[in-house]
Amino acid sequence: MAGRRSLAPSSQVSFPRARTSLARTSLARTVLPPLAALLVLLIGWQLYVMLSAVEPRILPSPLRVVEQGWRQREIIADHALATLTVTLIGFGISLVVAWVLAIWIDFVPGLRTAVLPLLVASQTLPIIAIAPLMILWFGFGLLPKVLVIVLVTFFPIALGLIEGFSAAGPRAGALLRAMGASRWQQFRYVRLPAALPRFFTALRIGITYAVVGAIFAEYVGAVEGLGIYMSLQKNSFRTDLVLAAVAVTAALSVSLFLVTYLVERLVVPWNRAGAGRG
Amino acid sequence: MRLDDLRLAFPTPAGPLPVLDGVSATIGRGEFVSIIGPSGCGKSTLFNSMAGLLQPDTGRLLIDDIDRTSSTAHCGYMPQQDLLFPWRTIAQNAALGLEVQGVPRREARQRARDLLPEFGLGGFEDARPSELSGGMRLRVALARTVLQERDVLLLDEPLGALDALTRTEMQDWLQRVWSRHRRTVIMVTHDVREATYLSDRILVLGPRPTRIVKDVTVRLARPRTIDTLTDPEFLRVEALLLRELRGDGSAGPRASNSPATT
Ligand SMILES: Nc1ncnc2c1ncn2[C@@H]1O[C@H](COP(=O)(O)OP(=O)(O)OP(=O)(O)O)[C@@H](O)[C@H]1O
Ligand SMILES: [Mg+2]
Repeated sequence: MAGRRSLAPSSQVSFPRARTSLARTSLARTVLPPLAALLVLLIGWQLYVMLSAVEPRILPSPLRVVEQGWRQREIIADHALATLTVTLIGFGISLVVAWVLAIWIDFVPGLRTAVLPLLVASQTLPIIAIAPLMILWFGFGLLPKVLVIVLVTFFPIALGLIEGFSAAGPRAGALLRAMGASRWQQFRYVRLPAALPRFFTALRIGITYAVVGAIFAEYVGAVEGLGIYMSLQKNSFRTDLVLAAVAVTAALSVSLFLVTYLVERLVVPWNRAGAGRG
Repeated sequence: MRLDDLRLAFPTPAGPLPVLDGVSATIGRGEFVSIIGPSGCGKSTLFNSMAGLLQPDTGRLLIDDIDRTSSTAHCGYMPQQDLLFPWRTIAQNAALGLEVQGVPRREARQRARDLLPEFGLGGFEDARPSELSGGMRLRVALARTVLQERDVLLLDEPLGALDALTRTEMQDWLQRVWSRHRRTVIMVTHDVREATYLSDRILVLGPRPTRIVKDVTVRLARPRTIDTLTDPEFLRVEALLLRELRGDGSAGPRASNSPATT
């Protein structure tokens, strides 16, 4: 026992250090290769445009995209801000809808079998056909865009939660019941924390859908936003500015994606720790 | 604690599957009782109905002459798997039962911290379950069960997943914990020697649908040590149990092999 006890402090001190260096190398390993690949692609693209003298209207060089985009930076930033706002509002509402729905399904027996097929069906609605109708019904304001975002994102999140709530298994539930736990206590002590890893996986899928959904809804009709900006620039044959807006959109998606990792690290620290070692 | 003619059948597509066929027993306060029986005979099912997780079709469960059939929260129940939760530290896992009972979180965790050194887990209070060995995880699960302050502890094969060496160590340790806390312990095991070594009484279950086919009292002094293993009474009980388990033909290799593994 003495040996075990003396081992404990040193092993616990070394864990965090091992963890951060591991995180740093794995970050470098996950971030550097895609960046290098992107760079190679851009150089190839630049060379191709220079050598083939293709019209910028058809295919502008990446340098031209950056240069023209930079000139329009303030306008693009305004549109990006509008898109970000719509995305966050829509996604926020989607999260509320998904949580309420998932908890409701979790607490009411039999609801799952009744509601899940409807949820699946809602995902087969062709968004290309629905988005213009939304604009038609609800105008160019916030509402139709938010509805599109909610429609495309709540499902993966709700499903992740519904499945996550039972991830700890029936035996964990039995243990809690034997302790005398109420249904609510079972939810709070086991079902909710057990669902969090899956929730964050679903959150990452959802947030990328949300940006795409926002751009799409704007593209169909809006006053401001990257989507409508792309649409207008395309109509005036400014392919370079369309691509500049695309690049900003990509940067936006990636940033939001990374934010979910940060939040996950704060909310479910055990998941990383457990995954790292076993 | 009294089991009064418990009967239970599981509904299956092929019709009801009878598992408990009239289990009756009386277990005294502070007794260490082992339940032994062929694999799949219904030991876990019996435990689940004692813990109030399953409703017996007929029969009653009385504790201190109060009818507790199908009510939970009267037993400390330790299931066959350790079921520690990765999002809780060791101290938090051990405190879970108290928190469920409504003990304020801080007090519950402090009581867990106070108990953990006794379970050989001092210094590991803030570790995560994934950082612990199998034997340590088991002690956390047992600490969680003991902390609930129930008079009756139901342990479903607590040592089943351990290697032989750790298992012997844990048997001694389980005996110490029991003699210090003096709860009624009812333990399922497959191991004849383990049952004999630890118990005051051993209930032998028959094959499914099961009932108690033998009730053996072990008259060995405590604390039991290595010398106990060669005591004539120990050998008598061991032989009796082996004969009982083998005699019905369905005891299977697990029961008859067990002396070699301990
Ligand atoms: N929920 C259930 N529905 C239907 N049948 C069940 C259910 N639970 C258990 N059984 C059946 O009841 C019988 C007894 O199961 P139980 O788990 O109680 O056995 P056991 O004695 O604990 O076995 P082991 O030694 O493997 O732990 C088995 O045949 C099993 O298949
Ligand atoms: Mg069992």
